[in-house]
Amino acid sequence: MYSFSFSLEEFSRVFDALGERYALSGPRRFPGKGRFSGTDLVKYAPLASFDELELDEKSGMSPKSLVFPPDETTFYFNGDEFTEAPLEDERETVVFLRPCDINGFRRLDAIFLENGGTKDPYYMRRREKLHFFMIECATSFENCFCVSMGSNVAGEYAVALRFDQDSVLVQVKDERFAGLFASGAPSAFTPEFVRENARNVEVPDIDEMPPELFLHPLWDEYDARCIACGRCNTSCVTCTCFSTRDIFYADSRRSGERRRVWDGCHLDGFTDMAGGYSFRKKKGERMRFKTFHKIYDFKKRFGYNMCVGCGRCDDVCPEYISFAECINKVAAALKGGDAK
Amino acid sequence: MKENPYRPFPATITGIKAETDCEFTLTVAASVAMMPGQFFQVSLPKIGEAPISISGFGPDWIQFTVRAVGRLTNALQELRTGENLFIRGPYGTGFPLDTFRGSNLAIVAGGSGTAPVRPLIRGALDGTLPVRSLRVIAGFKSKESLLFADEFDEWRKKGEVLVTIDKPQEGWDGPSGLVTEHIRAMKLDDPADVQFVVVGPPVMMKFAVAEVRLLGVPEDNIWVSFERLMSCGLGKCGHCKIDSAYICLDGPVFRFSRAAGLID
Repeated sequence: MYSFSFSLEEFSRVFDALGERYALSGPRRFPGKGRFSGTDLVKYAPLASFDELELDEKSGMSPKSLVFPPDETTFYFNGDEFTEAPLEDERETVVFLRPCDINGFRRLDAIFLENGGTKDPYYMRRREKLHFFMIECATSFENCFCVSMGSNVAGEYAVALRFDQDSVLVQVKDERFAGLFASGAPSAFTPEFVRENARNVEVPDIDEMPPELFLHPLWDEYDARCIACGRCNTSCVTCTCFSTRDIFYADSRRSGERRRVWDGCHLDGFTDMAGGYSFRKKKGERMRFKTFHKIYDFKKRFGYNMCVGCGRCDDVCPEYISFAECINKVAAALKGGDAK
Repeated sequence: MKENPYRPFPATITGIKAETDCEFTLTVAASVAMMPGQFFQVSLPKIGEAPISISGFGPDWIQFTVRAVGRLTNALQELRTGENLFIRGPYGTGFPLDTFRGSNLAIVAGGSGTAPVRPLIRGALDGTLPVRSLRVIAGFKSKESLLFADEFDEWRKKGEVLVTIDKPQEGWDGPSGLVTEHIRAMKLDDPADVQFVVVGPPVMMKFAVAEVRLLGVPEDNIWVSFERLMSCGLGKCGHCKIDSAYICLDGPVFRFSRAAGLID
């Protein structure tokens, strides 16, 4: 392991050199593209230069789309012939991301590479090309509760970076990047991790959820409040659900595609079966389903909680539903306290 | 990609049999090992893909009994012999044949729930699943909605088979009423010595299992099969998850003692 120090100018040159060998992705600001007039959008996007890397604000969307795009063609159809969709970009990718998101990828791996013993090849071919450049969090952002979820610390990174006012400190873990950073001044830098958030949640630690919690009145509030827009699902770094959709081309019904598209447990139609049967019609039931998955039943299967406390669901909910608060309500209800 | 579990293989339709005005059984040629209770992801390119349970199989053929109620199943109804289905699987856990072998097997099926249990009945008939006794209660909406009606007499050679329709109907002189009443009327010599299979629509399964419990059958001897929307069959798409169980991986067949704790 080596550590180096760079001036901003020096780092910018290293960044350019990195960009010649790798596709670079990171949080980027899109001025005026925010949800409300006069606001900006910050999302994961290709980076052409260092100054495009947004460090002052949390990205509204997570980096999961790099391995699990919102809409991905799995097969092309020519008549009844299935042709696997090729990977459009064969380059290795460096992604700049924070510790919670690195831990988020661990959860994506659990579903796509481990669950059921099958490796999802569409996920894997993107995941294998990904290299994590961890951005150290000096302080936590609004709505973050990574410390409560135990995902404030990450070790699985190729390179860790501290962006100061006039310098960039770099720790290189993965040998393949050592040469690129060798021009820097030697440094003793090791990344530090956020140890407290403004927002704390009490994560229930139980083996079996009591049946009465499934029917608890605490869920009723969400029946009216949630509008089933699914933004919490799409912004979540650990939501992995998808649906398979076939299409045919308008000018040739012989040709078409099979795609997988993001789906989410809050969305209408998520459980619809042919013939009209569906489950969890009420929004509160969907909130309960998601909450238990994130803080209870995933852990039962994999040994750790799914939620990483990035707080994006709380950032993006148009109805100001706080998932963090919901976790606390579950914890309170389990203690027999007043969940309201 | 070396291995792509999402890539289906073509299976040629060798037979089509109409069961009702909207249900039909497709026989396709395919040499795949499978177990009763398992399912395949069945698709047609440019139309879509859906999980469909096996309603019968042999060494080189599979049957799917389908109700035309959706985009894919409507398109399946248009197919003719010689055309291809695209299938991948089998997926899921089947029925516990080792437990059923030599048992007193009781099967309660409602409507399309008869499709996944039919291979058990056929196994009992052809000796591949030897049982001490076989009892079947099959419930349908009406005499027009019977599935496998031409096989009932054959089933009766092996066991006691009761086919009921929800309400009495002109031209039907068989039993009527919901399966629950007929379960209630069952006489079991030793309820602890029966393996009970209950498959059907969610509401039917709930009340049917309650009746089976009242007969004194232990929870561990009751087996149910769940039906859920699925997009993968591989534990990835998330649609069929209930609690920590994935219906496609850990089911669709569950021991009731496990299924009882699964709240959607």
